[in-house]
Amino acid sequence: MLEAKKLSFQYGEKKVLTDITFSVQKGEMLGILGPNGSGKTTLFKLISGIVIPNAGELFIKGRKVSEYKQKEFAQIVSTLSQQTAEAFSYTVEEIVSMGRYAHQKGWMQGLSREDKAVIHSAMEQTGISHYSNTLIGELSGGEKQRVYLAQCLAQEPEILLLDEPTNHLDLSFQKELLELLKEWSKKRGLTVVCIFHDLNLASLYCDRLLLLHNSEIEADSHPRNVLQEDKIKKVYGTDVIRAQHPQVPAANLVLSLRESSADLQEEVGEANLTLSKEYIAITTDIPLKSLSSGVTGAGIGWHKYFINRHVNKDYNCDDYKMEMNDYLVKNGFLPSETVAMMTAVELEDTAYRKYQAGATSLFFVVTASVGNPADAALSEQHSSLIVPGTINIWIFINGELSEQAFLQCAMTATETKASVLRNRQVTDPATGTPATGTPTDSLLVAATQKGKFHEFGGNITDLGKAVAKGVYEVMTMALDKRQNRKTALERGMK
Amino acid sequence: MYLNKTKAAYFLAAFFLIIALFLGISIGTVSVSFLTIIKIFINSVSHTEVFTVDTMQANIVSNIRLPRVILAGLVGASLAIAGCAFQGLLRNPLADPYTLGVSSGASVGAVATLFFHITIPFLGSYTLPVLSIVTAFLTVFLVLLFAKKLDPAMKVETIILTGIIFSSFLGAFISLLIALTGDELRQIIGWLLGSVSMRGWTYIQMFLPFFIIGCLILLLQGRELNILAFGEERAQHLGVQVRFRKMTIILAGSMLTGAAVAVSGTIGFVGLVIPHLVRIVAGSNHRHVLPLSIFVGSGFLILADLLARSIISPAELPIGVITALSGAPVFAILLLNYRKKGR
Repeated sequence: MLEAKKLSFQYGEKKVLTDITFSVQKGEMLGILGPNGSGKTTLFKLISGIVIPNAGELFIKGRKVSEYKQKEFAQIVSTLSQQTAEAFSYTVEEIVSMGRYAHQKGWMQGLSREDKAVIHSAMEQTGISHYSNTLIGELSGGEKQRVYLAQCLAQEPEILLLDEPTNHLDLSFQKELLELLKEWSKKRGLTVVCIFHDLNLASLYCDRLLLLHNSEIEADSHPRNVLQEDKIKKVYGTDVIRAQHPQVPAANLVLSLRESSADLQEEVGEANLTLSKEYIAITTDIPLKSLSSGVTGAGIGWHKYFINRHVNKDYNCDDYKMEMNDYLVKNGFLPSETVAMMTAVELEDTAYRKYQAGATSLFFVVTASVGNPADAALSEQHSSLIVPGTINIWIFINGELSEQAFLQCAMTATETKASVLRNRQVTDPATGTPATGTPTDSLLVAATQKGKFHEFGGNITDLGKAVAKGVYEVMTMALDKRQNRKTALERGMK
Repeated sequence: MYLNKTKAAYFLAAFFLIIALFLGISIGTVSVSFLTIIKIFINSVSHTEVFTVDTMQANIVSNIRLPRVILAGLVGASLAIAGCAFQGLLRNPLADPYTLGVSSGASVGAVATLFFHITIPFLGSYTLPVLSIVTAFLTVFLVLLFAKKLDPAMKVETIILTGIIFSSFLGAFISLLIALTGDELRQIIGWLLGSVSMRGWTYIQMFLPFFIIGCLILLLQGRELNILAFGEERAQHLGVQVRFRKMTIILAGSMLTGAAVAVSGTIGFVGLVIPHLVRIVAGSNHRHVLPLSIFVGSGFLILADLLARSIISPAELPIGVITALSGAPVFAILLLNYRKKGR
């Protein structure tokens, strides 16, 4: 559809673009990326025919751009800029009608019936039909941009060029516009070439990305190949971390922040612990990165409050998340910054202890009982009734962990839990086999992400060994405490 | 609703022009009633004595008032439509034909003709208007050439700036010529401030071809002018041959302005104010603003001329005094509103 062959352009002595070669297929959505001064605006002007290349050729539908008449070109290629300034106050319909210019013939200046149909459908698709008699000056930035998009559509183009079209739009308009473009490119074969400032937006919507660097093409490939940490660092000169979009398989780059020395180097330990009959809480000044299962804040996230709340064995609430939320608010914890779980175990049986593994210290907090034990391997034989968890293990690590290390710590902790139960000869009453846990156990691994970096957390690493040891000993301590108290209680009753 | 508004604007403009025409012909040292005017028209169109009319009145109407009113109307129309086109092209609602230096250029030609008593063979008394148009063209070409040297893309801002530089320079040049003249001073000053008196039918004949060609060309640029209002790049994206259209509009506009300056001197504010008034009533669509400016501009200048010759009758004021006295305050008000709207 569009093919650039060795395009070069320079302003005087300054080379703006050198040997740019790429092509765009029909129905493709191509994003052009690059830092300021990388030449992307000039490339855009070359494609839209505003400036003429010093060397190289540009082909549109197999024909040289220089061979097109202005009107013919405008029947194929339509352009939307960041912002258009209008010198006079036209009505929306008048502006959209101007999109038909390239298709109007002869001296008569009226609009044909076909023109009018195209104009109306362009206004409908962009949702501005009800504005048709409104003056453009009365509209907001986002609405104006839609009017100009409608003007482009009225051109009935095969290629749509856009220069940072979302620049002045708020979030919902950005999404709306890009979704419309995506839909048109997929459903009608509209070819879209778009300059992006926002790498993540480009990653979400484009089929292919062209990354410009120092007036040359640095990368021309699938978004996930282009948005690599090292490439972006090279081109933009700043550190980024590549995360994943939580919903779709698209790269999501985030800026990497340098640690400020003013940040508190906090060691999580007993000083952070609050014990009461109703809940155990760990409160920190800086948020910890945590991987957890539970009711609130489960999954991966950053949290400052960690709550293990005692509930009665017969706790039953349909909307337990909402109920927990209310509970947290009532007790002064911000739900968005909290990991919260439940236990039916009496909190006086809580066990906790700090361990040192090299430069990294770990703090464990466990509440446990062996009521309702189960063998996970034979779970099919159990009912699916949810009862509040009985073994809740918290591991706080004063160090920096990779996501892999988080997962490995969680594995180590779980394996150790099963081992503790086996050593205490706890069996699954339903199957008669050794129990591995209870159906509603929860786990939390949280790290300060400061201090020594641990890439691995498996049980042959120092970190993994410390996790295994800590879980084993503190869980045993918790179970012993409970047993001792129960025995004492029974004795007292006799 | 929108269409009706446009129709109403055309109706109003035509009505305004007709009333101005009748008033212009009717009022003077000898007043002629509207009915008599209609009778004289019918007689002259049918070339027979359908109605009996006083001969003196018929003579005054046919040979003095009518040519004067028509010339005023044509000049007003030219200045207004040229102003409208320049404003659209330069994307500046505050621009006017004078911004490009066209009018100063034409004045130089005219003043030089008067000062040096130039008579080109075969042109005779037509030397003055022809030379004015030629110098107007020359000035525009020089302005464009200079602007192109400054900025190969010929941005609107560059053109305006160059036009202003040329205007000031040529203005000073005219002052110099006037200072050197002596006894011709009054004639030149009178001419500079503009007048349509004692021109007769010959001037109309002289002016008409330029008027018709210029207006036709400009009327056909309505769509392009509309699109050019969004900037030259946007216009090109939409399929307008920007350079060609820009040249066409500038040439046609200078032809109209140059011819008008030649026959009536420099009459200010018509080209600036009339398109504005039209836009307020009819919106910004040039396909309507251009023809409406013709109607309103001619009506306006006919009335201005009427005032110019009535206020201190039997003496006459230069018509430029009237247009400046009425146009400048109106323009000041427009400017204030424009600023208030924030654009």
